[in-house]
Amino acid sequence: MVAIKKFPEEEYILKGTAACPGCPITIALRTALKALGKKTILIVPASCSAVVQSLVPKTSFGVPTLNIAFAASASAASGVAAALKMLGKEDVTPVVWAGDGGTYDIGIQALSGAFERGENFIYVCYNNQMYSNTGIQRSGATPYGAWTTTTWTGKKEIQKELGEIVMAHHIPYIATASIAYIDDLYDKMKKAKEINGPRYIEILAPCPPGWRFDMSKTVEIARLAVQTGAWVLYEAINGEVKLTSYSKMLLKRKERRPIEDYLKLQGRFRNLTEEDINKIKKNIDEKWKRYMEIYKEKEEKQ
Amino acid sequence: MKIIDTANHIAALAAKMAKPSVVAAYPITPQTTIVERLAKYVENGELNAEYIRVESEHSAMAACIGAAATGVRTFTATSSHGLLLMHEMVHWAALSRLPIVMVNVNRAIGPGWNIWSDSNDSMGQRDTGWIQIYASSNQEVYDSIIQAYKIAENEDVMLPTMICYDGFILSHTSMPVYIPEQSKVDKFLPEFKSLWSLDVDKPITHGNIISPADYMDVRYSMNQAMKNAKKVIIDVGEEWGRKFGRSYNLIEEYKCDDADYVIVSTAAIASESKFAIDKLREKGKKAGLAKLRVFRPFPKEMLRYDKMIVIDRAVSLGLGGIVYNELKGNGDVYGFIAGLGGKDVNYRDIMRIYELAEKGKDGWYGIEVK
Ligand SMILES: Cc1ncc(C[n+]2csc(CCOP(=O)(O)OP(=O)(O)O)c2C)c(N)n1
Ligand code: SF4
Repeated sequence: MVAIKKFPEEEYILKGTAACPGCPITIALRTALKALGKKTILIVPASCSAVVQSLVPKTSFGVPTLNIAFAASASAASGVAAALKMLGKEDVTPVVWAGDGGTYDIGIQALSGAFERGENFIYVCYNNQMYSNTGIQRSGATPYGAWTTTTWTGKKEIQKELGEIVMAHHIPYIATASIAYIDDLYDKMKKAKEINGPRYIEILAPCPPGWRFDMSKTVEIARLAVQTGAWVLYEAINGEVKLTSYSKMLLKRKERRPIEDYLKLQGRFRNLTEEDINKIKKNIDEKWKRYMEIYKEKEEKQ
Repeated sequence: MKIIDTANHIAALAAKMAKPSVVAAYPITPQTTIVERLAKYVENGELNAEYIRVESEHSAMAACIGAAATGVRTFTATSSHGLLLMHEMVHWAALSRLPIVMVNVNRAIGPGWNIWSDSNDSMGQRDTGWIQIYASSNQEVYDSIIQAYKIAENEDVMLPTMICYDGFILSHTSMPVYIPEQSKVDKFLPEFKSLWSLDVDKPITHGNIISPADYMDVRYSMNQAMKNAKKVIIDVGEEWGRKFGRSYNLIEEYKCDDADYVIVSTAAIASESKFAIDKLREKGKKAGLAKLRVFRPFPKEMLRYDKMIVIDRAVSLGLGGIVYNELKGNGDVYGFIAGLGGKDVNYRDIMRIYELAEKGKDGWYGIEVK
């Protein structure tokens, strides 16, 4: 793993973004682009990331960027990849940079189609667990119990596991990452860049206005998500799942921190009842049970 | 070389000879045989292109946009519900000023499911900023597809272009077509050069947030491009005539000079109208035809006759035919709606329509007026 101080000095996020203070998108994209480098084309659907670029005729993105309609990123990226192939520019990597709404919900058809076809691009979903561009509405990634402006009394459903849906597409590289563990994020981006075919990376991106926490706490919340086990860092190379970074340590050496440590810092969970918290715990426990089993199987094999 | 084949196979052949680098398409009746044929061309190496077998038409157009924005020539084809599903991206392509060429085989919109000819699908896209050419024969299909690239890619235009023709009436009907040599097509249609593209050495951001004032400027430049397209379409049509013997314009007039009434129609109804004009002339009626070949940009200034009979295979409900509405005010205009959902319109119907107009009548043919 590359130490943070050894990251390249080049900056592809330029000065003057329109992001909120404490925004996770710029942290994630800055790191991702340091790993991916200059030969990257971004494809961005409707989302906060479209806003963050700032206003025409200016931009805060230092690599070529194609904004595209909300549902269309994976198909537009397929077109970019096809054209690059025809132009003999296969050293350029098309990268979708989409929110969870554009990925879990409206864009899932195009995403599934492109992955099944084996298109040659990286799809990054920064998951802030709601539609933030339009003012904090629920998405398929919003966790159980969270307040949003379309779930005023807390979301009644558990979020879907998109990573597992993506796994069913047999693509060569899938990973989750966090803006609190940017060395891990950097490493995964680097790895993905070297692989051909569809690659999927999902980054948990705590959003201060959406999750209702102080803008100074973005990284802390992101770290707590991993330390409590609510968000798991993993990597699946050709279908083989491995936990990485702090999540890997949770398998053996460390205890998961109580979920309350994570929930209580976020205003969106303010009205959770004990029953709600138990339900969230159960969901997380089940998830970890599955990882433990995978892990045990691996130990036995060795 | 003269060959006999269906409009769909001719369209696929024309697309192949225009040498797009990326084809992205999704099947729908009656367009299917175009995409099947193109898949074969790509698989057997006759066409050097990436064929993206997308999972929807929305994705087909998105993929063409991605490819065109990366700097290559693209092609797609669709029909009816496919075009409607694509609608968001149809706008997106035009606002991005990407010269994508698309065939739309005209077909009715459901419910109920109806695969027969009807122009409401493409005419419903009239305000998207696409150039629209309607073909009346398989030869016109061929000629117009090659020309479409040259028109769309002209620096003064840079707008996507749609070639439309009737489902089954043309799409599945074999007719003789002259196919020029590839080298002559290559000479006519130079290699694609894009005005802008996603280039890692010259990074730009396309399509981020825009102020109202700048947005209005973008729309205005599209408006001017659409106006410029009129001259470009005529120039390209004339050049085609010089090189291949068949000239094209925005409209095609037939016996209009001394006509009492001029029928205005598009696509297959226009070719049927030509036959009806001869029959009407035999009966001593001074009938003429102005075939509307290009619907966008709309050649309103060319369609000025004292008395016009517009036959529309598309309707703006409650308001009448779509072309009829656009021509109102250009003279005495009688509007007839006919042939929706593939209802047959033969030369006898057209002759009857002519006689109804002579009596000062118009409306839904076969329902309101018979
Ligand atoms: C077809 C369509 N429907 C709705 C919208 C409105 N819209 C724009 S962004 C957005 C939500 C984006 O959410 P997400 O993908 O999670 O990204 P985020 O805003 O959180 O960055 C919505 C609903 C749109 N642009 N297009
Ligand atoms: S709302 Fe959240 S994700 Fe969107 S710009 Fe602000 S901090 Fe970033």
